[in-house]
Amino acid sequence: MSRFLHRVAGTALTMFGVLLLTFLLVHLVPGDPVEVMLGESATGADRNALRADLGLDQPLPVQFTDYLAKLSHGNFGSSIHSHAPIAGLLAERLPATARLALLSLSLALLVGIPLGIAAALWQNRWPDRLATFSSLTLSAMPHFWLGPLLMLVFALWLGWLPVSGMESPAAILLPALTLACGLTAILTRMTRASLLDVLNEDFVRTARAKGLPERTVILRHAMRAALLPVVTVVGLQLGSLLAGAVITETVFGWEGVGRLLVESIEKRDYPLTQACVLVIALIYMLVNLCTDLLYSRIDPRIRFTA
Amino acid sequence: MRLPHVILLFWVLAALAAPLLGMSPDEIQLEKILAYPDVHAWLGYDDLGRDILARLLAGAGVSLTVAVAVTAVTIAFGTMMGLLGGYFGGWPDRLLIHVTDVFLAFPGILLAIAFAAVLGPGLDNLILALCLTSWVGYARLTRAQALSLRGRQHVLAAQSLGASTSRILLRHVLPLLAAPLLVEMTFSVASLVIAEASLSFLGLGIQAPHASWGSMLRDGVRYLLVAPHYVLAAGLSLMSLVLAVNVIGDRLRDQLST
Repeated sequence: MSRFLHRVAGTALTMFGVLLLTFLLVHLVPGDPVEVMLGESATGADRNALRADLGLDQPLPVQFTDYLAKLSHGNFGSSIHSHAPIAGLLAERLPATARLALLSLSLALLVGIPLGIAAALWQNRWPDRLATFSSLTLSAMPHFWLGPLLMLVFALWLGWLPVSGMESPAAILLPALTLACGLTAILTRMTRASLLDVLNEDFVRTARAKGLPERTVILRHAMRAALLPVVTVVGLQLGSLLAGAVITETVFGWEGVGRLLVESIEKRDYPLTQACVLVIALIYMLVNLCTDLLYSRIDPRIRFTA
Repeated sequence: MRLPHVILLFWVLAALAAPLLGMSPDEIQLEKILAYPDVHAWLGYDDLGRDILARLLAGAGVSLTVAVAVTAVTIAFGTMMGLLGGYFGGWPDRLLIHVTDVFLAFPGILLAIAFAAVLGPGLDNLILALCLTSWVGYARLTRAQALSLRGRQHVLAAQSLGASTSRILLRHVLPLLAAPLLVEMTFSVASLVIAEASLSFLGLGIQAPHASWGSMLRDGVRYLLVAPHYVLAAGLSLMSLVLAVNVIGDRLRDQLST
């Protein structure tokens, strides 16, 4: 229980830091942020109105407490460009990003873990070499290169899938595949390393000595222990999926939070930029917290020593 | 000299020699827009009829300049912070942990995107944004190492001989950090090359007419259907450099850890 409280308190402290940093972002704008946002043609009255609206005429500590007070009511302010409440814009775009992230996570788990098992069982033979080579190559392929490549192959040359957009249900496949590839590479490497470690443990030898079939030894005994570190990686990598979604959604014109962030940057809509960055960071932190707590529940060694 | 070293050396030489080769990466030839390769431009022409090969070489310069500049700044700052935290412990260490935790709470390149977005486009702001976010890795690595090194016998011996703190840090702790820092640096260069391209891809980096692999990829994606050679040239260049640096890093890690 104390471990639980300690972890939650640590996350709360980090969250405060994250809020402070995202709050300060607008103040990093060189010169007058209001002028940058409205452009040079804006009148003095417009500028003063926006400055008062954003609270930029107040002292910094007052601004920060206002920011926190509004956020605690789910009020992210409103977009400078469309004047719509930001909370609504985020709620509109989040489901699309969530669908994309969950599909790519499932794809990566379905391919990466079996591939990692194969690589560990046939260590230094062709399945292992293939898995190592492909995960090394994939890790050198950023989303804005892998995405276009998949577009060329599947949309242009084979003509199986739509190039981009969100109209047809199949449109999610290419961006999801783009995001999944890098994650698959990491999961394969992790599963391989972790299973190789476990295969040398005493309990695996005991299981074999009992005369259990190799299948049961691997799947029931070794894999259960080997998957523990993989759980942590999945939690951490969900964050990289969210960050990767910024680029991937831009490549494929997928209307999610990542695309919203890029649009807000292009329009110099700083409150919206701030909100997108904050929401992605908060989701990432919550997922990590949950993974950590889950980890301690499924690993008996941690559960009983706590 | 293995293949990865050859590729890395090729791009470094290309970046250094590109201005001397007399190529014209910014010359616009409207009649050659998105044309396939010919004898004058071995990799074809881009959406403004500019020589793709010349722009790739110019882009290599940008990529490596950013990687080297950011690495130089962040390795110095990050190592210093990590040494102070790990060696002294106490509140400087706790502060360092909390501050780095906050930076690490932003997944991947997100914080660099946010910094670049508010700082505005341009090469210097791009370097600044990446510096603000990339020192964290070095700081955490150095801190963990310094924490375990400060109890080592040779450090305790130096302390009891009355060596000054700066002498202990510089002569007895830092040299033992060289190997892990070198490995970290190699991987960091690879990720900086990707980060620069990512930011330029989003329009946050180098501005037109200057060439950058990221902005070439963005234009390449736009004309993917009519001129696939454009995106392929930029993507393959980026991938070859990143892959080469990563493989060198892997080998370095294996050699230094044995």
